[in-house]
Amino acid sequence: MSSNRVSAPILAALIFLCTAGAVVSASLGKYEDPRPVDGIAAWQQVYSVLVSPRCINCHTASNYPEQGDNRARHFANVVRGPAGTGVAGFRCVTCHQKENADSTGVPGGKNWHLAPLSMKWQDTNDQPLSSAEVCRAITDRARNGGLNGAALLKHHTEEPLVLWAWSPGRGVDGAMRTLPPLNHDEFVAATKQWVDAGMPCPK
Amino acid sequence: MAKFQLTVNGQRKEVNADPTTPLLWVLREDLKMTGTKYGCGVSACGACTVHVDGVATRSCMLPISLLGDRPITTIEAMANDRVGRVVQDAWVEKDVVQCGYCQSGQIMSAVALLKETPRPTETQIEESMGGNLCRCATYVRIREAVQLASQRLK
Repeated sequence: MSSNRVSAPILAALIFLCTAGAVVSASLGKYEDPRPVDGIAAWQQVYSVLVSPRCINCHTASNYPEQGDNRARHFANVVRGPAGTGVAGFRCVTCHQKENADSTGVPGGKNWHLAPLSMKWQDTNDQPLSSAEVCRAITDRARNGGLNGAALLKHHTEEPLVLWAWSPGRGVDGAMRTLPPLNHDEFVAATKQWVDAGMPCPK
Repeated sequence: MAKFQLTVNGQRKEVNADPTTPLLWVLREDLKMTGTKYGCGVSACGACTVHVDGVATRSCMLPISLLGDRPITTIEAMANDRVGRVVQDAWVEKDVVQCGYCQSGQIMSAVALLKETPRPTETQIEESMGGNLCRCATYVRIREAVQLASQRLK
């Protein structure tokens, strides 16, 4: 009898330990390969920049660019044109120079143009695509201009129009344009972490 | 103030201007070339359109410091330009002009369009000329004149 009384607490403890162990084991199983989870967290950081106005305004699904933090349709009846550079007689460079014109409020950068429709990050109602949809687009080499992970990282690190997002200059009201939510170093670091993790996309 | 060497309609010009001065005001005030018009001052109407290195450009928003050595062509040179002459003749034949204020910019955009796309469709004309506003609403005659010039350029 006394041995039964002693063994009951031990049995309860064993049951508790086994249950806890099973839970821990299941949790560990879920994170068996930590890379996809780290990669997706990094991607979410990248995505937060891509859908900020400085980037997404020129990744439209429509026949026109957008402008401003409210992502309004570009004024003056500006249209995309066949190559994303406007149309004959009315090019992006009709106003946008190779650098910002802070005295007149016109943003500028080398080869100012719209991203191709294959790299649209919005729907046709001008709403940002989901994180998963943008991720699928940006990792699809048939749509992203044939860029692999290393080339995407280089694009985010060096492309002049990408860099412009962190030096967007002043608007016509003289105020500095707002910046993306991460600084450029953080953006590149997040991109590298995502690329190193195999460029996982959210489901 | 700084000195800038410009090439305007094939001629070398030197101006002394604040680097932030828009090209429009250098043309109008310093060089007394008043064919290029001030409309809105924010690139929204196209009245100030000139060609910079052959590209239709809104001169009201282009600081002179960003011009570099690119040549400038203005409405004053269109009478001696092959396409420009044809476009101006079409403008006269179609009696496009009402008040006329926007028309130098309209012609500069039309010439840029036809030099790059000699046979524009109606859509191409609408899109290319879409940034040039006309308070007299001469848009139908502008389109007809561009089409007439296109036919004459064949």
